[in-house]
Amino acid sequence: MKMDRVATATTNVLIVGVGGQGVIMISKVLAELCQLQGHQVKQSEVHGMAKRGGGVFSHVRFGERVWSPTIPRGEADILLALEWAESLRWLGYLRPDRGTFIADTQQIVPPFACRDRRRGAADAYARETPSEVLDQVAKGFALDAGRMAAELGNLRVANTILLGALSTALDFPAEDWRTVLVRSVPPKTKDLNLQAFEQGREWVTRAATAPAPVALRRPGGLEGPAVEVELEIIEAWCKGCDICVKMCPERCLILNREQIAELSDPAACTGCGICEWLCPDFAIAVHKRTADQVGA
Amino acid sequence: MDQLAETARLKQSTEASFRPMTGNEAIARGAWEAGVRVAAAYPGTPSTEILENVGTYPAEDLHAQWSTNEKVACDVAIGASFAGVRALTVMKHVGLNVASDALMSQTYIGVNGGLVAVVCDDPGIHSSQNEQDTRLFSRLAMIPVLEPADAQEALEFTRWAFDISENFDTPVIVRSTTRLSHTRSVVELGERSEPAPRGFLEDPSKNVMIPSHARARHPALLERETKLRAYFASPDFTPWERGDGKVGVVTLGTPYTYVKEVLPGASVLKLAASYPLANELVAEFCRSVERVFVVEELEPVIENEIRALGFEVAGKAFFPRVGELSPELVREGFEKAGILERAAEPHDWDVEPIARPPVLCAGCPHTTTYMALRSLDARVAGDIGCYTLAAVEPLRSIDTCVSMGSSIANAAGMAKTGVETKPIVATIGDSTFLHSGIPPLIDAVYNKANITVILLDNHVTAMTGGQEHPGTGRTLRGEETHRVDYEELIRSVGVTWVKTVDSYDVGAMYRTFREAVEHKGVSVVISNRPCVLDPVKIRGPVLAVRAENCIACQTCMNLGCPAISWSDEWHDGHHKVKIDAATCIGCTLCSQICPTDCIQPAAG
Repeated sequence: MKMDRVATATTNVLIVGVGGQGVIMISKVLAELCQLQGHQVKQSEVHGMAKRGGGVFSHVRFGERVWSPTIPRGEADILLALEWAESLRWLGYLRPDRGTFIADTQQIVPPFACRDRRRGAADAYARETPSEVLDQVAKGFALDAGRMAAELGNLRVANTILLGALSTALDFPAEDWRTVLVRSVPPKTKDLNLQAFEQGREWVTRAATAPAPVALRRPGGLEGPAVEVELEIIEAWCKGCDICVKMCPERCLILNREQIAELSDPAACTGCGICEWLCPDFAIAVHKRTADQVGA
Repeated sequence: MDQLAETARLKQSTEASFRPMTGNEAIARGAWEAGVRVAAAYPGTPSTEILENVGTYPAEDLHAQWSTNEKVACDVAIGASFAGVRALTVMKHVGLNVASDALMSQTYIGVNGGLVAVVCDDPGIHSSQNEQDTRLFSRLAMIPVLEPADAQEALEFTRWAFDISENFDTPVIVRSTTRLSHTRSVVELGERSEPAPRGFLEDPSKNVMIPSHARARHPALLERETKLRAYFASPDFTPWERGDGKVGVVTLGTPYTYVKEVLPGASVLKLAASYPLANELVAEFCRSVERVFVVEELEPVIENEIRALGFEVAGKAFFPRVGELSPELVREGFEKAGILERAAEPHDWDVEPIARPPVLCAGCPHTTTYMALRSLDARVAGDIGCYTLAAVEPLRSIDTCVSMGSSIANAAGMAKTGVETKPIVATIGDSTFLHSGIPPLIDAVYNKANITVILLDNHVTAMTGGQEHPGTGRTLRGEETHRVDYEELIRSVGVTWVKTVDSYDVGAMYRTFREAVEHKGVSVVISNRPCVLDPVKIRGPVLAVRAENCIACQTCMNLGCPAISWSDEWHDGHHKVKIDAATCIGCTLCSQICPTDCIQPAAG
């Protein structure tokens, strides 16, 4: 009792980014255009946390008859990412054999990625470079839309540049794209947005003939010998004011029974030095030594 | 004949009657078309936009209001129904817990004007504290539940719910989910038809629930259930899509679309109502196929009822009981059941995504409260709102978070144990305080609890996108109204120690918190600053780091501010910081805590 898999004639476009980048604007333009072209369209997004710096995604599906509002994993015909790390998060949704990948190389590093206070620590942002990802996808474009928008004089049109890039991957007349775009942006930004849209289209045409290498900062740590941290607390000078205990970001200091500051969890100490800087009595010193210095 | 003009007219009329709408917009439209006169709600994701949209229809047509909480909203709608007009109340799934006290009695009373409660569940817990299934509640209350599958049905079912309510003398629940509420598709619009007001129906035996009256009403509920079972068996509501005689699927709501996508050849019985079940029709369907599956989100409600009818049925054995369903999960379920061929293993992409958890906004006035609480080393009972984000690093200082308004009584309970040595603090937002924080504050004063309450007054219901409430002095439609004076309110219930502090004054916040916890009894600190997003997006002079003075201590990183990150420069092996000018709003919190004073107004 087995049934055949049925190939649906639905086109799937997944648009992703970070709150405030314009993911919803792009998906609304696309959905409206699809509707004007006579398709049934469903556009689905979950945006409860979007305003608070979290990721935003919007599924747009169109065709003769669309059932599920969400795109199944591995079935997106196009993945359009407005931020680099978000493009990687959603890569699993792209059709590995024939999906088109379009990503802005703009990096929005969340505070969460800058939490490691240890000496020489690297940030926790994505390591993959555009060329590493473009090598894996069937068809891919990585463009620096942020820089292109800056050159046009307005950072906010980066999403329209990406919309232009997206327009080359779908079979709708360019004139119809422009019509819907103009309807969706404030009237006084009409010319700027049309210009940005053209830039996106042209960039893809150029890239298709002569792919340009894209530079991307690779997050790195500090090279050099490992360092051991030693916290020296001069008990005679400590008056138990508690400032270092309250302000230690790793919560590894306590006041002991004698009301003297004490390092309760040496492994957690990163040597950040906040205690030394804040101690009003100069009772704390943070020493950093390399292995040969420790031996000496 | 002007062919062009004719085409333009036709196009315009088509565009006017077909419009892309989210599920929430469609529900609002359906309520307006049904002739609703009064609508009341308390905001809650994913339901919030429903009442916001109801409020965009003309004030002559209907009254729409934000209420202080879901029970109040439900009671307002009940009152309107008593008076003989159609009434709507809207809430998220956990809001139903608050409103349930009223609804559990109202189901005995029935309705005069049609009464509909839209309840939005959140399978997958996108923005909630649990994923309870409203359909279990409906069985307890014996209230019919309609489950639309897309925006078109959301509109139609909402309209239809009012007819059912009046024809069967019952409140009706329309159950949405996050997916339906936030999916946009094209909807065919109708006109508004407002029934003439029925006038108040003077019938104490039905309207006044005292024991002797209630006893007589319970049998009426059972009778109503039987009638509704027969009514829902109509193919207009429960279409039977005849397909393969081997596999039959009973499904409803958004999961119906997943079934159609994954298993287009199967026989499908699509339920419009999950309660009460059209037993006879379901039985006939089950007899007509070799294997019966139920695809439903969350609890095995339909599955268990079909099993109780004596049929062998599979559901949660193949489709998860936890979280949101998806076409992938439905496909996987049918693969496990041997109905579909196993798909190829998913492609293995060689990438490692990063975590991007939600954070408090740059300049969020809640930031100082939790920095100060952290340094106070207090035991903190939290509540529901944006500030729940202070449960994680770097602000990590919230120890508990239960439900709307729980914090104050939770703190009082901890204090009454007499064994907690840390200062005990409750933190609660302004909207949450008005929702359900006042009775526990009265209780804490009455019972002489030794706690500090911090009222995070950011002048708006922020978490759900900036709705008005009694503390903003404006109604849902933006009219001016009385504005609650928190200090006066708090003093009037017997709190003697109340202080209001500017949330952006770090030193004052630290000092006031220390004073407050020293006070014996209930002390209240009002941390006062408007939300940076709503109702007005706040922007001030941007700050910048003078890199030559930065000692990479990263004290400013303790704020968890999204505008501050590492720069490419180092100091003694640690990262110096930088401020993103596009994100910074100039709140100055970082410059206030910087030990070397290297954060200054940006040049130019």
